Amino acid sequence: MHLIDILRRCGVFVLIVWLAASLNFFLPKLSGQDPVRTKLLQQAQLGGYVQQGIDEMVKVYETRFGLDRPLWQQYLSYLGDVVRGDFNFSIANYPRTVWDMIAESIPWTVGLLGMTTLLSFVIGTILGALLAWPRAPRWMAWLMPPLWALHAIPFFLLGLILMYLLAFQVQWLPIFGGYSMGAVPSLSVAFVLDIIRHATLPALSIILVAVGGWALSMRGMMVTTMGEDYVVFAEGKGLRSLTIFSRYCLRNAILPQITALALALGQILSGAVLVEVIFGYPGIGTLLYQAIRENDHFLIQGIVFTVIVSLGLATLLLDLVYPLLDPRISYRRT
Amino acid sequence: MQGLLRYFRRNLSLVVGSAMLLFLLAFIVIGHFIVDVEDARALSVRPLQPPSWRYPFGTDRQGRDLLAVMVAGTPLTLQIGFIAGILGVGIGTVLAFVAAYYRGWADTIIRGIADIGLTVPGLLVLIIIAVGIPGGLSVNQMALVVASLAWLNPTRTIRAQVLSLRERGYVEIARMSGMSGPAIIVLELMPNLLPYLAATLVNAVSGAILASIGLEVLGLGPIDAPTLGMTLYWVNFNAAMINGWWWWWLAPTTIIVLVFLGLFFVTVGLDEYANPRLRRSA
Amino acid sequence: MNAILKVEGLKVEFDHPLGAVKAVDDVSFALQPGERLGLAGESGSGKSTMALSLLRMIKPPGRITAGRVSLDGTELSALDHEAMRHLRLAGIAMVPQGSMNSLNPVIRIKAQFADAFRDHGLKLSSAELDARVAELLRTVGLRPHVADLYPHELSGGMKQRACIAIAICLRPKVIIADEPTSALDVVVQRQVMETLARVQRDLGCAIILVGHDMGLMAQFVDRLGVMYAGRLVELAPIAEIITRPRHPYTQALISSLPSLEKRGAMQGIPGLAPLLRDLPPGCAFHPRCPRAEARCTTEKPAVREVAPNQQAACHFA
Ligand SMILES: Nc1ncnc2c1ncn2[C@@H]1O[C@H](COP(=O)(O)OP(=O)(O)OP(=O)(O)O)[C@@H](O)[C@H]1O
Ligand code: SF4
Ligand SMILES: [Mg+2]
Repeated sequence: MHLIDILRRCGVFVLIVWLAASLNFFLPKLSGQDPVRTKLLQQAQLGGYVQQGIDEMVKVYETRFGLDRPLWQQYLSYLGDVVRGDFNFSIANYPRTVWDMIAESIPWTVGLLGMTTLLSFVIGTILGALLAWPRAPRWMAWLMPPLWALHAIPFFLLGLILMYLLAFQVQWLPIFGGYSMGAVPSLSVAFVLDIIRHATLPALSIILVAVGGWALSMRGMMVTTMGEDYVVFAEGKGLRSLTIFSRYCLRNAILPQITALALALGQILSGAVLVEVIFGYPGIGTLLYQAIRENDHFLIQGIVFTVIVSLGLATLLLDLVYPLLDPRISYRRT
Repeated sequence: MQGLLRYFRRNLSLVVGSAMLLFLLAFIVIGHFIVDVEDARALSVRPLQPPSWRYPFGTDRQGRDLLAVMVAGTPLTLQIGFIAGILGVGIGTVLAFVAAYYRGWADTIIRGIADIGLTVPGLLVLIIIAVGIPGGLSVNQMALVVASLAWLNPTRTIRAQVLSLRERGYVEIARMSGMSGPAIIVLELMPNLLPYLAATLVNAVSGAILASIGLEVLGLGPIDAPTLGMTLYWVNFNAAMINGWWWWWLAPTTIIVLVFLGLFFVTVGLDEYANPRLRRSA
Repeated sequence: MNAILKVEGLKVEFDHPLGAVKAVDDVSFALQPGERLGLAGESGSGKSTMALSLLRMIKPPGRITAGRVSLDGTELSALDHEAMRHLRLAGIAMVPQGSMNSLNPVIRIKAQFADAFRDHGLKLSSAELDARVAELLRTVGLRPHVADLYPHELSGGMKQRACIAIAICLRPKVIIADEPTSALDVVVQRQVMETLARVQRDLGCAIILVGHDMGLMAQFVDRLGVMYAGRLVELAPIAEIITRPRHPYTQALISSLPSLEKRGAMQGIPGLAPLLRDLPPGCAFHPRCPRAEARCTTEKPAVREVAPNQQAACHFA
């Protein structure tokens, strides 16, 4: 691994972040009118619950984007804010800052969706590989139809069904939320168990659906790989089935899966919307959903920015790890 | 014909999938004869009736006859899916052919856009578009919103397929025999590509329905249309689950599952037809 | 002399919904130790299928339906899965088609040797492994540092040499090379062929060379078998085949060559190759055969000795 290449990839990442930030800054300006001002004025007129903060906010807003200052100065100070993770206040939840709210919800999302994505990837990929292997036990073939059928159903429907069965009928699991009402967030065993109990239902519905997808694509890749000349030659070399399976088939078939995993991990933050809204989970998806509904401009901007950064991070991670797995992709040549 | 029948017998997925979709079609057609679809509007019937002879699927809290909702809404949901799917695959096919035939910069640009577009979180973009349209969406607008991203995947996969067909030499032979560019595409590649295109279309339709239902469940759909997704939205909105109004979500859930399973098995069947290699190892 | 490899009545069929395909139909021959046997025939005549069936590597929907193959007196169909596995490479080794893709792209060359040694029960220390791999690579004309490279870092010719080195690493008694140079350019082709010939001579093993290039065959093999529609229609010393081919198909094949010196590939002969699924009755060649008579359309010609050491399947050969 060459330091220069790593630095270059990181450079690309910084570039993405910068582009995203600039987009966030300039796009609203392009539309001519200022959505923030409009919204603030709207709320001020409505005399809603943010009334007490509105004057202060307008003031902060004015000095920060000081409409008197030239655009490039505004831009520079905006970039400075971004670097410091300062995304302004939430309009709907003043005086909470956007960054506070995002930072609070990210762990929930990453915990739930990161876990489920990784778990379904591992289970699905192993299953898919075995399904394509002629020497796998016979009964495995029977797994395929239910896996496929589950995969075809939207997970939120499965979630609904599971919710009815497990949370409503037998009441094993809580129906809603990230932790029990009134529970005090802490690092105690009880609270962690409470979190796990709340996460089980959404996690189960995601995993049951996603495993089929990973298995399906892995099986397809395995079938393709098993037709490759090097697998035929490996058999001609008299290698053990297990060697052929693991070192020749699986090892090659898994490469596209890894790419897909990186993308899936990058999509977590945005993919969370549906799950979280349906299960009332306090993650970034719910936050974004509320922000959109409440037209909370700064909050939307902050989340979109976070999402793009997470995508960029996933790509960066993939770029750094992939050459270790596939010698054909070298750092120097690409 | 005989051959087709014999093929059907081997390709069970295609049969099962088609049967599910035909069943739904029959449900819609027969349903239009036996219920008044006007009852799919709110305040038409007595609210919150569990299934009975009068209301086989029960009624919801706003006084809709759920059987009428299903009969009127299933075609709407399918309509969204098919409009978006056909648009997506249509655009995708044209772009894929342009990219794969002319290669060079055309290919680079098209592939680049498709690849970048695919990494962008789709639902997020759709949410932002849907929220941005003032006054809520109509069913057809919904289809267009979904279609705005539905061409990305078809473009990429069809392009790959065209390139691999090209490599297999169909095009070279045709070129040697003096056919012109577009003629080569239509005459030589299309027949080989058709089963694949069909599979891609069914896939795209299914994806579009999934996306539209997703938007609808979030409350971003056509508020007064009785689509399947909107029904789920009302289910959620009224907390039908906790209140024990099981019939409210049972009907839409069953139909959605049927739609997706049907489309899925048809895709698997078509894939099997287009790509026999998978069949052999099964 | 005792044959090292004996093939009797070998049949391979591929199941197909529209009827089984007989890709190898009743093939018999014997291979002497150290002998070089060529197999020629047009595309789809069953050469590769036969080569794979000798290693019992036919995959569904194909299967070996009849026949005996014995290596040095051991009947292969009697071996269990594990014994058959050990026989591959150690007894009969294959040299893959030179299609650029026969080596696992994600592991180093040395590891591809190591896999073979390990799975054949050889426990080598890392120093021993290095030494043996270096020696094998040297034998095929590659430098030792190639062991530490990945396949994509080698040229086509180098990859094929590496494959040959792997094939001989357990000193097999028979090598089966299916178009080992078909994907290489002409100059490299010759070099690789010479390397293959040299290691074969040094090892003293027999070789079956499948190929299209009659010029190459003429230079390289002792005997040539000609396949048509799954059948071995003629088998004779190469000189006989070239100067006095007995089967009309072989005759057409030989006369269609521009000239042997120019190393021409088979040009093909008039008429369409038959559909294996739907072979004509009698002699499968009769629709294209200039010498066909009424008898040929009904009666399948048996393989018979038409001259000393020369066998053919034709009523009039
Ligand atoms: N996997 C398979 N499935 C079905 N039929 C097959 C399969 N492999 C081979 N065949 C049949 O076996 C016949 C012989 O094929 P084979 O590959 O042995 O021919 P070949 O003589 O090696 O041709 P070539 O010179 O093109 O390599 C083919 O015509 C085909 O019909
Ligand atoms: S048997 Fe008849 S048809 Fe067949 S090769 Fe001989 S002459 Fe020709
Ligand atoms: Mg072959």
